[in-house]
Amino acid sequence: MNLAEGFRSRGVTAPLVAEIARSLERPVRIMEVCGTHTMSIFRHGIRSLLPEGITLLSGPGCPVCVTPASQIDAMLAAADREEVTIATFGDLIRVPGNNRSLAGARGRGARVEIVYSPMDALALAQREPARLVLFPAIGFETTAPAIAATVLAAERMGIANFAVIEANKTMPQALAALMDDPLLKVDGLLCPGHVSAIIGSKAYGPLAERHRLACAVAGFEPADILAGLLSLIRQINAGEPGVENCYTRAVAEDGNVRARHLIEQVFEPVTSEWRGLGAIAASGLRLKKQYRRFDGLARLGIAVQPAHEPKGCRCGEILKGRLLPPDCPLYGTACTPMRPVGPCMVSNEGTCAAHFRYGTGGTRRMAAAG
Amino acid sequence: MDTFINLDHGSGGLASQHLIGNLFLKYLTSPQLRDLEDCAVLGEYAGRIALSTDSYVVDPLFFPGGDIGCLAVHGTINDLVMRGARPLALSLALIIEEGFALDRLERIIASVAAASEAAGVAVVTGDTKVVPRGKVDQLFINTSGIGLASHRHDISGKKAQPGDAVILSGTLADHGITIMSCQAGIEIDGGIASDTQPLHRLVGALLENDAGSVHVLRDPTRGGLATSLCEIAAASRVDIAIEEDRLPIKPAVGTACELIGLDPLYLANEGKCIVVCDRDGAEEILQTMRRLPEGRDAALIGWVGEGRAEGRVSLTTRIGGSRLLEPLTGQPLPRIC
Repeated sequence: MNLAEGFRSRGVTAPLVAEIARSLERPVRIMEVCGTHTMSIFRHGIRSLLPEGITLLSGPGCPVCVTPASQIDAMLAAADREEVTIATFGDLIRVPGNNRSLAGARGRGARVEIVYSPMDALALAQREPARLVLFPAIGFETTAPAIAATVLAAERMGIANFAVIEANKTMPQALAALMDDPLLKVDGLLCPGHVSAIIGSKAYGPLAERHRLACAVAGFEPADILAGLLSLIRQINAGEPGVENCYTRAVAEDGNVRARHLIEQVFEPVTSEWRGLGAIAASGLRLKKQYRRFDGLARLGIAVQPAHEPKGCRCGEILKGRLLPPDCPLYGTACTPMRPVGPCMVSNEGTCAAHFRYGTGGTRRMAAAG
Repeated sequence: MDTFINLDHGSGGLASQHLIGNLFLKYLTSPQLRDLEDCAVLGEYAGRIALSTDSYVVDPLFFPGGDIGCLAVHGTINDLVMRGARPLALSLALIIEEGFALDRLERIIASVAAASEAAGVAVVTGDTKVVPRGKVDQLFINTSGIGLASHRHDISGKKAQPGDAVILSGTLADHGITIMSCQAGIEIDGGIASDTQPLHRLVGALLENDAGSVHVLRDPTRGGLATSLCEIAAASRVDIAIEEDRLPIKPAVGTACELIGLDPLYLANEGKCIVVCDRDGAEEILQTMRRLPEGRDAALIGWVGEGRAEGRVSLTTRIGGSRLLEPLTGQPLPRIC
């Protein structure tokens, strides 16, 4: 039996489900921030087990979903260059820019390879010295340390034909901007386990205090998510919102200092454009001056154009939890997993794709409760 | 003999004859093939003829549990037996990239021969083409097969009935995860291997004494179990409900799926079948399957719904939640960030 098994057994989850139902005193709206939470909630059918009064909203925690189409377009412009190989996480392959995707570019002759780690991209650059290998630096604090370590390794090894496409984002600033929106009504935040493992549970303290927002750091197994929800409900009931770490097996209060140091060594904060949320100060990462030569787009002289959303797409409001997927006029008609228009449909863990894929039962319940 | 395939080997001239004589016929020994005629002429058969074809482009060519050669034999045999047909003969066509190593080709042909001999289904006709480097990726294989359909059965994806039992012949996702972890360069502890195997014996045993309780047979290859069940539900206009608790899956496969970010319900199997059958006959069918090595892990995984049907497939998760299963969209992609 592997470690995850215990967190998936009905013997562990059933009492948590019962306790949640017993504890719920009033309708609550809870935002799960992380795309992996969204996926796990659908995959394990968690929504179908929760009482009517709990509305789960999916936040801006899917890195692919919040990457603006204009940034994808810049990656595509790089992919079109004869000498370039794009080595990317599989997550990005189908994500549409304004007109096409990396998968489409690959079909027409661009070199696009799927890798499982940025170090694989560096190894590819070593194997193919005549090509410029670009790694799109997508993701939050979870991928940034490995990307930073890869940049440092490239420098140490003197590999000149490797570079990244700056696209990393960081979570706390985006959450703060989101919570400042007066239209957003959220009682509790299910905080992302992986990101928290890096930034530490105490990173949510200011958010909890300023917005009187219940926060629970949770892992991704069903029992983790249920325990996180129960913690939030108890905090809301008691009127004493704070930060509870329900994922102590992975997350320390201070997070992973070494990983954060790697990020700080290579990157510095920069204003970043979030699909659906707009520009948020200090919510992105760019290479520090001494590592600028690893900026792939700059090397190719490609600039990211100003972002604009596809017509009719309501992903922004869905990311903010203001609308549910079926409220979007494109959902299920112009925009489906086969032909995604907006980012929420593109990624497997996007809110719309998850709704589409895992059924309308949850959708109806959400709509009724929301 | 040369060490690498070159364009001459596909010219139809002396080099081709040399390749056929020294390599292909060394392993593939059916009299029809040895005749080197333009086509094979088979014996006389009474009954409905089943015909299937499939092309194999798997990368890597060699993987734990098999290679493209045995896969090409098993895949086409299985497509025939999924309609209740008894496989009679196979064709084998290769498209080879210039520069392909002859010793690798020999291993693949030996694997084709071993698989066809083990299944008792001979390769009776074949073709070889060689294309310039870069025009094909190493080696592609097409096999076609003919079989004799059972006169006592009419097995089809349209025949699932309300109340039927749904059985899976063994563990999920072994082939798909093996190929994807090879491609990713990830080694998994505990050993994972493709499940590529022929199912003619298993299906033969099921149908031998069956008086019509087997309604649907389907091998959940590309798209995996979820996509195959969706196809059956749509074609038969029924709802299907399966239970996650009952799905057989090897621990190493489950772990690898978690690691790469893939759902085993959507990964390919190459030696498993879904059996949809009468509820009353289900236990006997399970026992019959479990007596054979290829059905050792057979399990009842769910039921066809009784009531109003919308062609849906639902899954009761291990924690008692429920979700709908949709057909696979696009190719399964690893999820990392």
